[in-house]
Amino acid sequence: MSISTSPALRLRGLQKTYANGVQALKGIDLEVNRGEFFGLLGPNGAGKSTTIGIVTSLINRSGGSIEVFGINTDEDLEGAKRLIGVVPQEININQFEPPLQIVAQQAGYYGIPWREARERAGECLRWMGLWDKRDTMSRSLSGGMKRRLMIARALVHGPRLLILDEPTAGVDIEIRRATWSLLKEINEAGTTIILTTHYLEEAEALCKKIAIIDDGRIVKDTDTRSLLRQLVTETFVLDPMQPLERAPALPDFVTRLREDGSFEVEIEKGVGLNKLFHALDNAHIQVSSMRNKTNRLEELFLGLVEESKGRAASAPQPNEVTS
Amino acid sequence: MTNPEATEDRNPTARNPMQTLRSVSDEQRSRLSEAWVGFATTVRREVHRVVRIWPQTLLPPVISTCLYFIIFGPVLGDRIGQMQGVTYLQYVTPGLIMMAVLTNSYQNVVSSFFGAKFQHHIEEVLVSPMSSQSILLGYAVGGVFRGLVIGAVVGLVALLFADLPIVHPTLTIAVAVLTSVAFAFGGFINAMVARNFDDITIVPTFVLTPLTMLGGVFYSVNLLAEPWQTLSYANPILYMVNAFRYGILGRSDMPIALAFGVLTLFIVGFYTAALWMLRRGIGIRS
Ligand SMILES: Nc1ncnc2c1ncn2[C@@H]1O[C@H](COP(=O)(O)OP(=O)(O)OP(=O)(O)O)[C@@H](O)[C@H]1O
Ligand SMILES: [Mg+2]
Repeated sequence: MSISTSPALRLRGLQKTYANGVQALKGIDLEVNRGEFFGLLGPNGAGKSTTIGIVTSLINRSGGSIEVFGINTDEDLEGAKRLIGVVPQEININQFEPPLQIVAQQAGYYGIPWREARERAGECLRWMGLWDKRDTMSRSLSGGMKRRLMIARALVHGPRLLILDEPTAGVDIEIRRATWSLLKEINEAGTTIILTTHYLEEAEALCKKIAIIDDGRIVKDTDTRSLLRQLVTETFVLDPMQPLERAPALPDFVTRLREDGSFEVEIEKGVGLNKLFHALDNAHIQVSSMRNKTNRLEELFLGLVEESKGRAASAPQPNEVTS
Repeated sequence: MTNPEATEDRNPTARNPMQTLRSVSDEQRSRLSEAWVGFATTVRREVHRVVRIWPQTLLPPVISTCLYFIIFGPVLGDRIGQMQGVTYLQYVTPGLIMMAVLTNSYQNVVSSFFGAKFQHHIEEVLVSPMSSQSILLGYAVGGVFRGLVIGAVVGLVALLFADLPIVHPTLTIAVAVLTSVAFAFGGFINAMVARNFDDITIVPTFVLTPLTMLGGVFYSVNLLAEPWQTLSYANPILYMVNAFRYGILGRSDMPIALAFGVLTLFIVGFYTAALWMLRRGIGIRS
């Protein structure tokens, strides 16, 4: 298939069994189109990092195939590697080297001569706001700076596909927002991005497409909008003027009392909030504030994961004796 | 309160690098030139590391070897007398230099590569298109650099204490380089299989040091009784030390061609094994 039409990433039947017998991936099929901003979501231990590790050839796969912009990694691994930039989940920089050296070296590993490598490194560091720190030993950078350094390092060779494994884990909200806008700009310049995250808010803000992975399988692969449309109910938390002693009885609404005297209300999709306010009025409950209980995606996510667990539990075991 | 990191955040004039940086996949570089740049980058990094932490990498071996010179020269040398027609200090000096060269070549690659595994920045090269050969040779050159720099410094200091004629200069240098290369590859293998810090000290402590000490550095094997004399010939370091001593003093316990044969064997063997392990990802890819 030609490089101009094939998807940025195509995984077929990806499997991984670790040496200790853990079956981390049980056949992952995934297609990420070029130019897409793609979210890979899933609970701890779902297999996100394993998938990324295999795509970036840090982990040996047990089965399946990988194509990067139409290049099969079994046929031209080096060609595929040139197209990918990766920001891993764990900090993996040499703490004793300064940022400029780290990023320029990375360019060198891709065959970019030293002088140009340093120029490119400078450009990436400036963009990441790390130029002033270019000669500081990386050990003394803050956690957020180290993450940005890893992004600069991943960009220096001009990847077509940028893969980020929880790039905003443990960074404060301001830097998270800054990182978001940066990633958006990178994506708008034409780079395909795959991102894993536990912040569903992040996926909602950035990703046009989302795949949910659980227990080594893809349980959902769709665009973010239609995923959100599947939400049946939304839960709000309401703070009454006077703390309540028991959950208020509101016709047509499910309510729950919270420990602090506030309460939760589940609202079905399509039911207007006016109806809720009306019911509150009738019950003579004065409400001072109201907020979403959880991110909407989060609820959906939990539902999907529960569902897939249920399916796995009720499925017949392959070795079960049935006679 | 604003976050200082966020306020000093991005330089407003900085351009989005993805709009200006050419993708390496569009570059028309030959694979050979790419491989060369990758190798050169690795060498630069390794040399830089040795120089940056010179109080750890260069200083201690120089000090300890100089202590040997003092002990076997002014302090003890006269009492021990001559060995193979030269003063004892003259006799031991080539072996001491060799010992410094081989242990440091080995040690450098072990600590650098194991450190990269331990801190996971080995992943930087593993995700890149750099070939296993460039990686291996780059690390090895770093080890050879440290081994030879120390060898040279120690050799210069030795000239202050002992009269070293350096009978065959080219051969002397060749033996030092080849030994250094062999042990750099050896260190690479050690680092690949090592899973913790203990694993990187086992070989130097229990194999390298004893073999070196018993490898004819301090005495001629001809002085040993049987079966020790014959057993000594199974020790590869004996050949390297003797060849080096031959280069400096013109004296050897064995034919020099044999020493070169042993060196070649070790270089080829270690290189092949290290490359195979690296390609398989042993100890670095799960
Ligand atoms: N090196 C390894 N050896 C053995 N098992 C492993 C290894 N790495 C991961 N696993 C197992 O494989 C499964 C998937 O792990 P993985 O790191 O891919 O999850 P993840 O989705 O990235 O999780 P998280 O959100 O916590 O990062 C887990 O059960 C994990 O324990
Ligand atoms: Mg992970």
